[in-house]
Amino acid sequence: MDLTHSPADEEFRTEARAWLRAHVPRTPLPSLETEEGFAAHRAWEAELAADRWSVVSWPERYGGRDAGLLRWLVFEEEYWAAGAPGRVGQNGVSLLAPTLFAYGTQEQRARVLPPMATGEVVWAQAWSEPEAGSDLAALTSRAVRTDGGWRLRGQKTWSSRAAFADRAFGLFRSDPAAPEPHQGLTYLMFGLRDPGVTVRPIGRLDGKPAFAELFLDDVFVPDEDVIGEPGQGWRIAMSTTGDERGLTLRSPGRFLASAARLRDLWRAQGSPEHSRARVADALIAARAYQLFAYAAASRILDGARLGPESSMNKIFWSELDLALHETALDLLGAEGELADGAWSEGYVFSLAGPVYAGTNEIQRDIVAERLLGLPKGRR
Amino acid sequence: MRFLLDAEQRAFADALRAMLTAADTPAVIRDWSRGDHTRGRALWSRLAEAGVFALAVPEEYGGLGPRPVELAVAFVELGRYAVPGPLVETAGAAVLLGEPAPARRFLPGLAAGADLATVAAPGGYALDGDAASLRLSPAPDGLYLCTAPPGPVRRSLDPARRLTALPPGGELLTPAVPYDRALTWIRLATAAQALGVGLALLDRTVAHVRQRTQFGVPVGSFQAVKHRLADSRTALEFARPLVLGAAVSLRPEDVAAAKLTACEAAYRTARTALHLHGAIGYTAEYDLSLWLTKARALRSAWGTPEECRDRVLAAGL
Ligand SMILES: Cc1cc2nc3c(=O)[nH]c(=O)nc-3n(C[C@H](O)[C@H](O)[C@H](O)COP(=O)(O)OP(=O)(O)OC[C@H]3O[C@@H](n4cnc5c(N)ncnc54)[C@H](O)[C@@H]3O)c2cc1C
Repeated sequence: MDLTHSPADEEFRTEARAWLRAHVPRTPLPSLETEEGFAAHRAWEAELAADRWSVVSWPERYGGRDAGLLRWLVFEEEYWAAGAPGRVGQNGVSLLAPTLFAYGTQEQRARVLPPMATGEVVWAQAWSEPEAGSDLAALTSRAVRTDGGWRLRGQKTWSSRAAFADRAFGLFRSDPAAPEPHQGLTYLMFGLRDPGVTVRPIGRLDGKPAFAELFLDDVFVPDEDVIGEPGQGWRIAMSTTGDERGLTLRSPGRFLASAARLRDLWRAQGSPEHSRARVADALIAARAYQLFAYAAASRILDGARLGPESSMNKIFWSELDLALHETALDLLGAEGELADGAWSEGYVFSLAGPVYAGTNEIQRDIVAERLLGLPKGRR
Repeated sequence: MRFLLDAEQRAFADALRAMLTAADTPAVIRDWSRGDHTRGRALWSRLAEAGVFALAVPEEYGGLGPRPVELAVAFVELGRYAVPGPLVETAGAAVLLGEPAPARRFLPGLAAGADLATVAAPGGYALDGDAASLRLSPAPDGLYLCTAPPGPVRRSLDPARRLTALPPGGELLTPAVPYDRALTWIRLATAAQALGVGLALLDRTVAHVRQRTQFGVPVGSFQAVKHRLADSRTALEFARPLVLGAAVSLRPEDVAAAKLTACEAAYRTARTALHLHGAIGYTAEYDLSLWLTKARALRSAWGTPEECRDRVLAAGL
């Protein structure tokens, strides 16, 4: 039991802090959910990548620092404490990259990862469909075999930042005759500006064109863009949802920084009694999330994998994020209503937390069935 | 950085669990609630042999400590089996009696399990004053050993907790009272104990909803039931690292955060457990009640939620 970082890890922290202090933009970038903001965030990724800070945990040959999980956690603490911009490449980095590390070919890793690390190619996740949300295995978009590859047909939706992103990864039904809905699915990558792809931006709650639906009309995908074996898509995709819900999508550093800002806001407002409990609880929950992550990281370093416990993680961070932002807006009173306030964008984003990455109802089912051993019932 | 129990710490927990499973604690608890301490004292001796009461006692006074992580590990198990008695108070007394003179005089007895100590929080009741051989009152001018008989036993919401007021005064043991340090240990032990209580409530409830059928299926297959239990599990699993983290740092604000979170998670789990057992959960006969009532009592023992939050905010965490 030890919560102190090694001197080498602390040195890494110091180096990261110094770099961030020198580089984090002094005025916040425009929202990454707008075209202008997307471009600014892409440039920020390039700046990070130039000094190998964009994907610190990756191997050096793909642009990382081989820093390992603990240093990644340290880096994230520094990153968010420094008030650095949101990460435009997060879907690629936290979902596709781990999948390629586990199931991709050498060639795919060498081709896909370096431009992902620099923000030159930003990835969108194309999983959901109009009729396949929580029941993702109900998806009907097809991948049909053709010479040297596959042809995609169908529709994807709610694809975050697909309006401005470059490429997407998703699941397609390659064997409609398979006996079970999650069999006969193939996981592959395609270009959002390839012939046959139509991208229609969808305004989100605040009107920003953040996500999009994708219409796919005979889009050609070469064999080298299939991830893993054809027909094995479900297993491959599910093995990486643990990453999404688990540590990597929402690092503790992010919530520690938000909680500290909330505490400062509360103090700046004269420490009002009515919000005392909510502010304290947010600080404590952020700390709990950090320590939970340290425990999980220690287990992973011992060779364990994050299993269904990532579902608890997802429930916890999404509820914490909402509570933090709701408290901040309440503290701000009339100012909190302003759409361009410092907390407002975060609030709108936090509202979606219980929905995306698998709704919290789906996560609770997983916890109940796989961690508590309760019987499967009617969904 | 390795935030994980080591093999020895896990083995310690397993050994306590094996011993407590064999001890039939529900029967011990029911005796204790009636004021019959015989079986409770026997269990206490075995816990002492396992080293439980030596963890807060320094080696020079016959202890194994200070070992706050092992203490937390042990108290999770004591909570899991709802072991009765002034457990956290005895651990806290070891810290309270840390000045050389009282340490030499009392700590060997505490570590060996020969003495049960209780501590009255200023203005509060002492737990199990009728069973304890050392009754301590920390006061502004010093630490007093209560020499007069304790007041009459008052019933607690948790029948296993027998509350007594301590008459003021007594023998002045030392003018220096390390009350804050003792409170830190007491709160840590209480947090760990509450976590154990919550884990036991969850386990028992999961077992119940798996076997209780209604409408032709186990009630545990209903989503409304599952989701409440999933929330309990999540709350408890996020309390656990706070408890262990507080044991590592021993910062009062970390301990307060752990106390608040573990007690809250245990209490919420108690509410869920009562509800999901239906009417049987509302009976004193059924053993579940032994944990249900303790979860409520621990929530305000040694620091209400608001006192803990104040500590966190004052320190800034
Ligand atoms: C901001 C945002 C970004 C997103 N980004 C992406 C992305 O980049 N790529 C992508 O592929 N998808 C993305 N999504 C889609 C997201 O994954 C889905 O919204 C989610 O899986 C839920 O599906 P649904 O919206 O169809 O809701 P539905 O599945 O229709 O669910 C509606 C309601 O019913 C409940 N429900 C459904 N089934 C059950 C059940 N079995 N038990 C209990 N309750 C149930 C749900 O919990 C929910 O409350 C995004 C969504 C949001 C909001």
